[in-house]
Amino acid sequence: MSSKLNSTIQGQQLVKTETLKSFDYLTWGLAIALIIGLILAPLWLKNYGLILLCTWAFRTVAVQGLNLTMGYAGQVSLAQAAFMGVGAYTSTLLILKAGVNYWLALIIALLISLLIGFLIGFPALRIKEGHYLAFVTLGFANLIWLVLRNEQWLTNGPLGIRDIPRPSIFGYSLFEPIRFYYFSLIMLALVTLVVWFILRSPWGRAFKALRDNPARSESLGLSQTTYTLLAFAIGSAFAGVAGVMQAGLVEFIDPDSFVLWRGLLLVMMLVVGGSGSLIGPFIGAAIVTLLPEWLRFTGEYYLVIFGLGVIIVMRYFPKGLAGLLPFVKKRFFTREVQS
Amino acid sequence: MQLQFFVQLLVSGIATGAIYALMAVGFALLWQTSGTINFAQGEFIMVSSFIILWLMGLLHIGLVPAFFLAMFISMFIFGFLFKRILVDPLLKYGDVPLIIATIGLGMIIRELTRIFWGANALPFPSLVKNKILIFGGLRVGTADLVTIAVAIVIIAALQLFLNKTFVGRSMEATAQNQDVARILGINVDRMILYTFLINAFLVTSAALLVTPKLLAKFSSGETFGLIAFMAAIIGGFNQVRGALIGGFLIGIIDNLAKFYLARVHLPFTDITLNLSPYALAIPLLLLIGVILFKPEGIFGRKEERSI
Repeated sequence: MSSKLNSTIQGQQLVKTETLKSFDYLTWGLAIALIIGLILAPLWLKNYGLILLCTWAFRTVAVQGLNLTMGYAGQVSLAQAAFMGVGAYTSTLLILKAGVNYWLALIIALLISLLIGFLIGFPALRIKEGHYLAFVTLGFANLIWLVLRNEQWLTNGPLGIRDIPRPSIFGYSLFEPIRFYYFSLIMLALVTLVVWFILRSPWGRAFKALRDNPARSESLGLSQTTYTLLAFAIGSAFAGVAGVMQAGLVEFIDPDSFVLWRGLLLVMMLVVGGSGSLIGPFIGAAIVTLLPEWLRFTGEYYLVIFGLGVIIVMRYFPKGLAGLLPFVKKRFFTREVQS
Repeated sequence: MQLQFFVQLLVSGIATGAIYALMAVGFALLWQTSGTINFAQGEFIMVSSFIILWLMGLLHIGLVPAFFLAMFISMFIFGFLFKRILVDPLLKYGDVPLIIATIGLGMIIRELTRIFWGANALPFPSLVKNKILIFGGLRVGTADLVTIAVAIVIIAALQLFLNKTFVGRSMEATAQNQDVARILGINVDRMILYTFLINAFLVTSAALLVTPKLLAKFSSGETFGLIAFMAAIIGGFNQVRGALIGGFLIGIIDNLAKFYLARVHLPFTDITLNLSPYALAIPLLLLIGVILFKPEGIFGRKEERSI
């Protein structure tokens, strides 16, 4: 029945442990049940529930991007919401003012976010010590907000842009919430696959090596600056995609939707869910999206409660809620084997 | 006339800068001595002004006694409790969890302030009634002069304390190298606690001086925090002096930019643009420039890298 054999040294003794196969069955079973549940969700959810799930989907995409920067490359980015703004405004303006096709606009928004990611990541990541990326992104988030607010001829200023069209594919309109929901779900699946692929590739392994032991990895010829920059730029491009999804969902964008503290909220979603883990962003975004719905009585205190939650998670489980999974695995699904 | 106007802007810029310096010095002190990058700094300042207002209304006392009471409350909550409850347990996990916890704390303070005192901006009393004085054609507000005077007294006292007293020197030693300080028999933890108390004091002073100008509003913490950040990084965060000069620099740039960007004449055209909403962009660009060319800050010293 054993699936994996691990050897660890405890004290003076070599202890062989195995992970029970039931753990794999359980996690895979849960994952598959969740996926099926998401696909079948429209059967028992009304429009409001679907819109909530769409919100969860675009937040997860943004947080997943942040996960590349923070969880794997170990740098803090505070401008994830600003990058969402870049994506949302780029695509909306291209569609409404230049008449560009939705899908082309999506790709251009992605590329522009990627490019800006490279441009602002480059100066910040040249310095390895300290949190210069955090400072530069802090400045960038404020600059973007200033531009969105003040360039009224382009962005309509603080009033924002209304009546943003939802996309259609091969003449099949995605206007209905249920259709837009499946569109969001497919985007989320694509982004997750891309992250999963990146982490499995030699590239992703380089990320992890650099995060866990930068000195040794550099001595093996990995350039920390290059990899961190790549992670940050790709993560920012994800935010751009999330911004396009948000604009399509809400059909309205304004500068305050992409202000600095929204970016801070995305950072908190990531760490509460678990940074450096593929499922962390799903959990974190779900908490922020669903908590105010489930805990109606909290009313306006919900951000206070979430803030307290952030501090408690940082204090007691610095790896986030997803970090509990390896703990459960070790505690309940591992047994010693006689050698 | 042009020059006179420039000098007037400079004086009010120095007044703004003096407040910014107070915001930034405490921030830099925490960073140096304990490695705490405090993202709730702006919210500390914002809520301090609400505490002062609340005490004035509750106890029917004047601004100055309310300030001193608020200072003790602030030292207890944002100095002692902040360090004991939040910073001490988290510091051992490295600085990123602590950064995120202070972001969470900032959000809690902002939301609670909004819930308790509402989202509207409240007026805040000024230390003195603003009168315009005229020195040989130069118009200077008394509020600005008092702000400069109070800030300079606080800064000078702080500098004297840090450089001339035994405790102050021990704090500097802790900031420079904790291990060596410990070997020399300095109670490092106590010194770090002192920096937290000093930060809380500076935060309340900054609140006292800045709020008459900008009103008390729950969302203004974000701006204050950003300013403390920019000042500390532009000036050089590994030195108190750097953060001081950074604060003054940003205050002056801010004031000059607001005025001179209002009518920007494009060369070779008749177009005049109002770019004053972009006044904040100049310190932000300066910040990015400093990080690009002199990451240790304009007045900071290079730190040796160790592996």
